Amino acid sequence: MDKKIAVKVDDLTVAYNYKPVLWDIDLEIPEGVLMAIVGPNGAGKSTLIKSILGILNPIAGSVAIYGKPYKKQRQLVAYVPQKGSVDWDFPTTALDVVMMGTYGSLGWIKRPRQKEKKAALEALEKVGMLAFKSRQISQLSGGQQQRIFLARALVQNASIYFMDEPFQGVDATTEIAIINILKELRKAGKTVIVVHHDLQTVPEYFDWVTFLNVKKIATGPVKDIFNDDNLTKTYGINYKVSIQE
Amino acid sequence: MTKMDITEYFQLVFTDYTLRTITLGTAILGAVTGMLGSFAVLRKQSLLGDAISHAALPGIAIAFLITGAKDTNTLLLGALVSGLIGTFWIRGIVKKTHLKSDTALGLILSLFFGFGMLLLTFIQKQPNANQAGLDKYLFGQAATLVESDVWLMAIVTGLCLLVLLLFWKEFKLLLFDADYTKTLGFNTKFIDILITSFIVLAIVLGLQTVGVVLMSAMLLAPAAAARQWTNSLATMVFLAAIFGAFSGVFGTAISASQTNLSTGPVIVLVASVFVFFSFVFSPSRGLLFKQIRLIRNRRDLELHKTLAFMHNIAETHDDISHPHAIKLLNNFQGYTRKTLQKLVEKDYVELQANMWSLTKTGFETAANLYTKQTTEDE
Repeated sequence: MDKKIAVKVDDLTVAYNYKPVLWDIDLEIPEGVLMAIVGPNGAGKSTLIKSILGILNPIAGSVAIYGKPYKKQRQLVAYVPQKGSVDWDFPTTALDVVMMGTYGSLGWIKRPRQKEKKAALEALEKVGMLAFKSRQISQLSGGQQQRIFLARALVQNASIYFMDEPFQGVDATTEIAIINILKELRKAGKTVIVVHHDLQTVPEYFDWVTFLNVKKIATGPVKDIFNDDNLTKTYGINYKVSIQE
Repeated sequence: MTKMDITEYFQLVFTDYTLRTITLGTAILGAVTGMLGSFAVLRKQSLLGDAISHAALPGIAIAFLITGAKDTNTLLLGALVSGLIGTFWIRGIVKKTHLKSDTALGLILSLFFGFGMLLLTFIQKQPNANQAGLDKYLFGQAATLVESDVWLMAIVTGLCLLVLLLFWKEFKLLLFDADYTKTLGFNTKFIDILITSFIVLAIVLGLQTVGVVLMSAMLLAPAAAARQWTNSLATMVFLAAIFGAFSGVFGTAISASQTNLSTGPVIVLVASVFVFFSFVFSPSRGLLFKQIRLIRNRRDLELHKTLAFMHNIAETHDDISHPHAIKLLNNFQGYTRKTLQKLVEKDYVELQANMWSLTKTGFETAANLYTKQTTEDE
């Protein structure tokens, strides 16, 4: 493959207490793909993302972003956590949450200014939430909250996007809006990695897929490896998806 | 303190040295604990303050045992050390074991408080005339505040304000989304330790005034009250400081104008009044206005339901204003004489004898009820 490797994971092993959650993961994600990470509950999908991002400390292994350690490449990476990971009753507005996406490039102490605000407003417009910019975040619907999180990552203007179940608990309209934005990101040459649960939509949404169940089962183009064989290996039951239809 | 009138108090507060010192002290204390309490409440660490204040008790006793003196600053230094140890043990327990943070808090709280009480009773049994009065740290005694104590509080509050202003963005980010903060490259441990240390410091400073047992209320009550009035973090912190300061001033005023009313508990009670008032009367989150909105919405719905029902009947006739007997509405629950009267007032319905008929506006309004939602979705 002559494509550049955006993310390279070597021998990654992560454990909570004694039981390994991820075992010896080797993974290469080429630049410019829209990749789904699929696997059953407890397969370590979120853990994989969190370990790559340095939120969790792995027992062994290393992660490289465009060939360099993550710590040096932070500004190339943006993260969309699970919507349920924060308290949406926090006293703040939609715009304010999106502005948080600029904090990383600002660094310590410096305050966001007009330039940062403009970037945040643009991101809000991209996700169709400009009209809600002053809304208290608890008064947003689940889908709108997810869009706000997406906008916060867009503000970071990164090259690689990691998203933890962005389609969880959103309605069909929001799902389509989000996937369109992800496809636009790919078109712009960005790499997008998504923890995904709905197997039916994998062939339609993604061009790259990683099967994960503590160990890496398979990774590659959807059209080559998204088949009953890999699904059965990953989910443990005899899985049949009629993806040809 | 002798008995006086509350207006007399407010005249004396500017002239009387002792009164001024105590008032200033409790006001500053209320402001700084209110500010920091906002962060504790939003991090769902409401019980942290309780654990820290209880964890400070053995420190006071040990500092006395070592120095044999009742110098406030020495004792508070001991409180600070053991408060910090307790706090970091809590963090350690949560991190290293399966225990949840409420369990860790409870464990450290009772362990340290038990040990502190043990030392306190041991000290009291000793043949030393100097030991009396150490138990004032249990419930606090504002009357013992002197000018240097107030200065210390003012300096810590100033420092706290400075740090808050400098790291405002980082604090907000960590409070809202700690994992995300990490991915942006901020040292979350540093931010966390910074804010926790200030919470410990503020609590220790309050021990002399409010005491170990009630100290956590100073942290929680102003913040809980402030949260009801605003959806902005900055406003919440500001309001909490104001509520805290006022609790201090009013609490001191009330206890100074009566005999035998201990200041600490009165301050806490005043703060609780702020909480109660905010929970009931806040326009957006308060119970009262929520209930009023609920009743109003129900009434509107009843009105709309009746109108829609009439619309359905009217549609079966060529003339929309064809008169119908009121009896027709009786088997329908939304109908009351009041709702009918309201519809007449709005000019949607005309009443003649026992017959009603829809007006043109009434017919059109009914036809357009609740269609806005569906067109928006399309």
